[in-house]
Amino acid sequence: MKKASLIQMKARQKGVVFEINAGAGLKNKLMSMGVYIGREITKVSHIGLSGPVAIKVGRSVLVLGHGVANKVAVEIHD
Amino acid sequence: MIKKIFLVGNPNVGKSVVFSRLTGVQVISSNYAGTTVEIMRGFLRSGGREIEVIDLPGTYSLEPGSKAEEAVISLLNESDRGTTAVINIVDSTNLERNLYLTLQLLEESLPVMVCLNMCDEAKHHGVSIEVAKLEELLGVPVVPTCAVTGLGIKALIDKLENVKACGRVKSGHQERWQAIGLIVEQVQRLSHRHHNLREILEDASVRPFSGSLIAAGTIFVAFQVVRFIGEILIGRIADPFFVNFYQPLLDRLSSFLGQGSFLHHLLIGDFIGGQIDFEQSLGLLTTAPYIEFAMVLPYIISFYLVLGILEDVGILPRLAMLFDNILHHIGLHGFAIIPVLLGLGCNVPGILATRNLESRRERFIAATLISIGVPCVALQAMIFGLLGRFSGFYVSGVYLVLLVIWVVLGVILNHTVKGYSPELLVEIPPYRLPSFSTLWKKLFLRIKGFLFEAAPLVLLGVLIINLLLYFKLFDLVTGIFSPLITGVFGLPKEAAVALVMGLFRKDVAAGMLIPLSLNVKQLFIAAVLLAVSFPCVATFFVFLKELGLKDLLKAFLIMFIVALVTGASLNLLIH
Repeated sequence: MKKASLIQMKARQKGVVFEINAGAGLKNKLMSMGVYIGREITKVSHIGLSGPVAIKVGRSVLVLGHGVANKVAVEIHD
Repeated sequence: MIKKIFLVGNPNVGKSVVFSRLTGVQVISSNYAGTTVEIMRGFLRSGGREIEVIDLPGTYSLEPGSKAEEAVISLLNESDRGTTAVINIVDSTNLERNLYLTLQLLEESLPVMVCLNMCDEAKHHGVSIEVAKLEELLGVPVVPTCAVTGLGIKALIDKLENVKACGRVKSGHQERWQAIGLIVEQVQRLSHRHHNLREILEDASVRPFSGSLIAAGTIFVAFQVVRFIGEILIGRIADPFFVNFYQPLLDRLSSFLGQGSFLHHLLIGDFIGGQIDFEQSLGLLTTAPYIEFAMVLPYIISFYLVLGILEDVGILPRLAMLFDNILHHIGLHGFAIIPVLLGLGCNVPGILATRNLESRRERFIAATLISIGVPCVALQAMIFGLLGRFSGFYVSGVYLVLLVIWVVLGVILNHTVKGYSPELLVEIPPYRLPSFSTLWKKLFLRIKGFLFEAAPLVLLGVLIINLLLYFKLFDLVTGIFSPLITGVFGLPKEAAVALVMGLFRKDVAAGMLIPLSLNVKQLFIAAVLLAVSFPCVATFFVFLKELGLKDLLKAFLIMFIVALVTGASLNLLIH
């Protein structure tokens, strides 16, 4: 078990969200879109070095800007 | 008795399609989050009475977050609960995420009915939902529908009277998701399927390398198809119609009125080389309809046909992801690519679509860049009309200059405009095969909008020019602007009228530049100046409505400076 942000995570890796370091507004928005503590997600891709990250949550694909992705921490399964 | 129905749901679940089905009011629907930016109202006639139906912008939750969410919450709070019902539209292919909002609606003690939309697509994906069980667990009516084909809409209306509030106990995020997990476990069954071609493409479209290739290919093909269809519509239909059918009628009218009379001047205009010239005669029955129907309308049709397909397949949010990085440098995020693409058709819906951007700073930057640097179809048709007869180099040159202006101005605005720019956070929809009826309705709505809004303005524009010509008032206008026009831009002073008229409506301006027999350099500069100025009077109004007078004046000043600097430098640089 290894902890990382969505940015550090590699494409196609799976992990469980364990922390969202964001203000109430952003946290609420992420939660309501399905990114909540304990949720399993899969990283799909990362565009460029400082670009957005795509993740798969349940049946939907979400794109998070670089700054947002940096605020979501996951525990990665090996 | 229910008097009012609100349609509430996550973005991109088909609220607008359900709205159209219930009310018969046609609205534009697409396959991306945030198509509906305005609150739409219509009436459902059922059992001899009228129920007001209100289509709200998509929202993920009832906690205030974005503008759209606040609008939904305040409307729900203002409404009288005794006579109001909420139809919560749910995407069956993504039950889990959609139920979050459903539970919140139930916790608010609103009278709710759940509409399980896209049930045909869920079947394709191997998702089956036990409706009766879901009804039992939620405690409110649940109706499966497929709004695109109209399936289930009747059942939805029939069950309206059973709508009730179930008064769920309020809970926090974490508990809500746990409850949802339990519900989904009991009602949803997934049959495992192998990856099909669509899923492989979906995956490839959000990866950096393959995604960029797909996006570049799509954009290239889209532009080629727009040009190809536009040229066919002009060459095979519009032009032959005007020359073979319409011109003989006008010739008869012309000899009846007699050259030199006021009416002849007004309706037919001046003869060029002894006959009617549709581009240059500037009469109400010659140039005005020719510009609209033979030069601009064909491209409107082809552009919106192609855009409609791109929207419904689900290409646009993928472009938002790929362009996110670049757009950050000009103070926007990836989603701004959607207003920009809409602006390539007409700046008005482009500026309206900036409502999807959260901060005022972003909206100002996006709206300013759209009105200055994004040429609408009418303007592009004019650029082709003015420069197309020379080599393609000049036409591409105008686009290149616009791109440079766009980037430079964007970077400057990013460093000077105060406020904050939030980050991209958007859902990528699955690829969908566009439905023919949705595409056709959308195209029809947009063409109708163009004809009703643009055609009268063009007629008015041509009328003003026509009268200025007749009463020889041109010198008045040219006199004021001639130092600027001749001195700085190197254009003949008569071009002033065209440039000023261009602010009113771009397509009118081109008809006035052609008779001036400018050389290529002058035409190029004139085309660029037309391109950077606000496209039409409607853009002014929508900018004013959306961002207020102060921002409009700021944007106008920026436009003026951009035009001045670009025109002067081109005049100095080109030999």
